[in-house]
Amino acid sequence: MTDVNPERQVSAGRVFEAGRQAFWLAAPFVLIALAWQAASAFFPPFLFPSLIDVFGRVLDILTTWSQFSSVLATAMRILGGLAGAFVLGAIFGLTIYNFRIADRLLTPTLIFFQGIPALSWVVFAIIWFHGVEFRILFIMIMTTLPAFTFQVVGALRGMNKDLAEMVMSFRPTRKKYFTAMVLPSVLPEIVTAWKVNLGNASRVVVVAELVGSSGGVGFELLQQQQLFDMAGALAWTLQLVFFVLLFQWILSQFERMAFRYRAVSERSS
Amino acid sequence: MTLAGKPLTGSDAASTRPEREVEIRFRNVTKTFGDLVAVRDLNLDIGKGELVALLGKTGCGKSTMFNMISGLMAPGSGEVQVMGKSPFRDFDWFRGKMAIVFQNDRLLPWRTAVDNVELGLEMMGLGKSERRERAMHWLEKLGLKGHENDYPHALSGGMRQRVSISRAFATDAELLLCDEPFSALDEMTSMRLRNEFASLVRENRKTAVFITHSIDEAFDIGDRIVVLKRPAEIALDLDMTGGVDQAERERIRATIHRTLSV
Ligand SMILES: Nc1ncnc2c1ncn2[C@@H]1O[C@H](COP(=O)(O)OP(=O)(O)OP(=O)(O)O)[C@@H](O)[C@H]1O
Ligand SMILES: [Mg+2]
Repeated sequence: MTDVNPERQVSAGRVFEAGRQAFWLAAPFVLIALAWQAASAFFPPFLFPSLIDVFGRVLDILTTWSQFSSVLATAMRILGGLAGAFVLGAIFGLTIYNFRIADRLLTPTLIFFQGIPALSWVVFAIIWFHGVEFRILFIMIMTTLPAFTFQVVGALRGMNKDLAEMVMSFRPTRKKYFTAMVLPSVLPEIVTAWKVNLGNASRVVVVAELVGSSGGVGFELLQQQQLFDMAGALAWTLQLVFFVLLFQWILSQFERMAFRYRAVSERSS
Repeated sequence: MTLAGKPLTGSDAASTRPEREVEIRFRNVTKTFGDLVAVRDLNLDIGKGELVALLGKTGCGKSTMFNMISGLMAPGSGEVQVMGKSPFRDFDWFRGKMAIVFQNDRLLPWRTAVDNVELGLEMMGLGKSERRERAMHWLEKLGLKGHENDYPHALSGGMRQRVSISRAFATDAELLLCDEPFSALDEMTSMRLRNEFASLVRENRKTAVFITHSIDEAFDIGDRIVVLKRPAEIALDLDMTGGVDQAERERIRATIHRTLSV
C-alpha cells in the first residue's frame, strides 16, 4: 500500500476543484466556438470565417500599435464617459435626495432622457458641437447619466435609517457623517452601478464613434463593414468584449476586497 | 397615595428627594403624530446622577420621549431641556455629552468591533491612539478581549449589544440614554448585562435614563422608577434608593401592575 501524504491530498483536491471550475467557465464558449467552426466549413469566409483567421486578426490588433491604440482610445472613451456621468450623477443624486424641489424637477427630466435613443444623441451632438472627442464624451454622459443618478438616489434612499440615526446621535460634522455613514453604505451599490453601466457604455461607445472619429473600435467596425470583412468585424468586437470583461474583473476584485465584512450565507453562496 | 410609607405620586416623590441639579427637564411637552397623541402634557425632572427607569407598555411613547431627549426629534409643544439647553436646537452643543444604547445594537456592519466603539470618539475629534486605547479599555471591560477585530456578523447578539454599550461608555458622556437595550436577548444574558450596566453607570457617576417595559428590569436598574400611562403621562414616580425589602417589592409590583393594566 502506498503512503499518501494528507497535505498533498488536500492540495490535489484544490487543484481538481480549480480545474473543474475552469472547465465549466470555458464550456459554453468552447461550444459556441465549435458550432462556429463547424459553420465555417460549410459557408463562405465572408459569412463565417474560420476562427483561426479571427484569432490571427485578434493577435494582429493586439500587437500592432496603430490598431491597438484604437482599442485604447475606445477604452478611454468608455471610462471617461462613465467617470463624467458618475460625477454628475452623484451630484444630481445627492441634490435629488436632499431637496424635494430637485426631485420634482430633475427626476422627470432624467426619466425623459432615458427614453432618448443613443443614436439621437449622436445626431444632436453632431449638430451642436464640433470637436469629435467632446461629441463622444457628451453622448456617453447623456446616455449613462440617468441610470447613474437613479442608482445613486436609490442607494441613498436605501441607507439604513436606524444606523443613520445612530451615527447622527453622536453629532457628527457633515463631512464625518458622509465618510462614516453615507459613503460606506452606498459603496456596494455604486460598484454594482458601475458594472451595469459599463456594459451599457461599451455598447453605446461604438455608436458614439460614428460622429466622425478617425479611430476607435466603432470606426474600425465601420471599415470592416465596408470591406465585408467578417473576421475583422469579429476581431474588433472581441476587443471590446475583452475590455469589458477585464474591467468587470477589476471591479469584482475591488468588491471582494472592500466588502469582506459581509456575512457569507453558506446556503446562498 | 402612599405605599409602605413611600410616596408614590410624582410631586410627592420629587419633594421628598434631596435637591439635585436638574439634568433633564420636560415642561408641558406634547408630541403628536397626525391624530395620534404619543406624549401628552408631560412634566418630568431628572436630576444629575440619577439612574431612572422609564417603565410603560408598548406604544406608550417611551421611544418618542427618548428621541426628544436625544434631540433626534423636536417636541410638538412645550419644552425639553437637557443641561439647560435644547437638544434639538442646540444639537451640536451636545457632541460628546450624551450617548445612546439603542434597542437593537446598531453596529456598522463594515466596521470591526473596535472600530465601532471608536465611532463616537471619531465624531468628538479624538486622535487615533487615544481612540484605540479607550475603545480597547471598554471592550475589555465588557469581556470582549480577543474579539476586537471581529466584524459584527461574526458576533452573537449578546456580544453585539456589549459592543454597543462599550461604544456609549467610551465617549465618557455625562448622560446615557438606553432604549430597551437588552429586550432582544435571552433572560440570563439580559439580567447579567443589566446588572453590569447598572454598576458601570454608578461606578462612573453618570446620569442614565433607561427605558424598559419589564418591571423586573426596572427594579434591577432604577434608583427611581417612572411609570408611564398611554399616551406618555406620569402615572407613578417611585424612589427606590435605600433599597426595599421583598414584601415591599411585591406590593410595589402589584401597584405598577394595576397602573399599567388600566
Ligand atoms: N415617526 C412616527 N410617526 C408616526 N407615529 C409614530 C412615530 N413614532 C412613534 N409613533 C407612534 O407613537 C406611539 C408611541 O410610539 P413609541 O415608539 O414612542 O412607543 P414605545 O413606548 O417606545 O413603544 P415600545 O415599547 O413598543 O418600543 C405609537 O403609537 C407609535 O405608533
Ligand atoms: Mg420603543
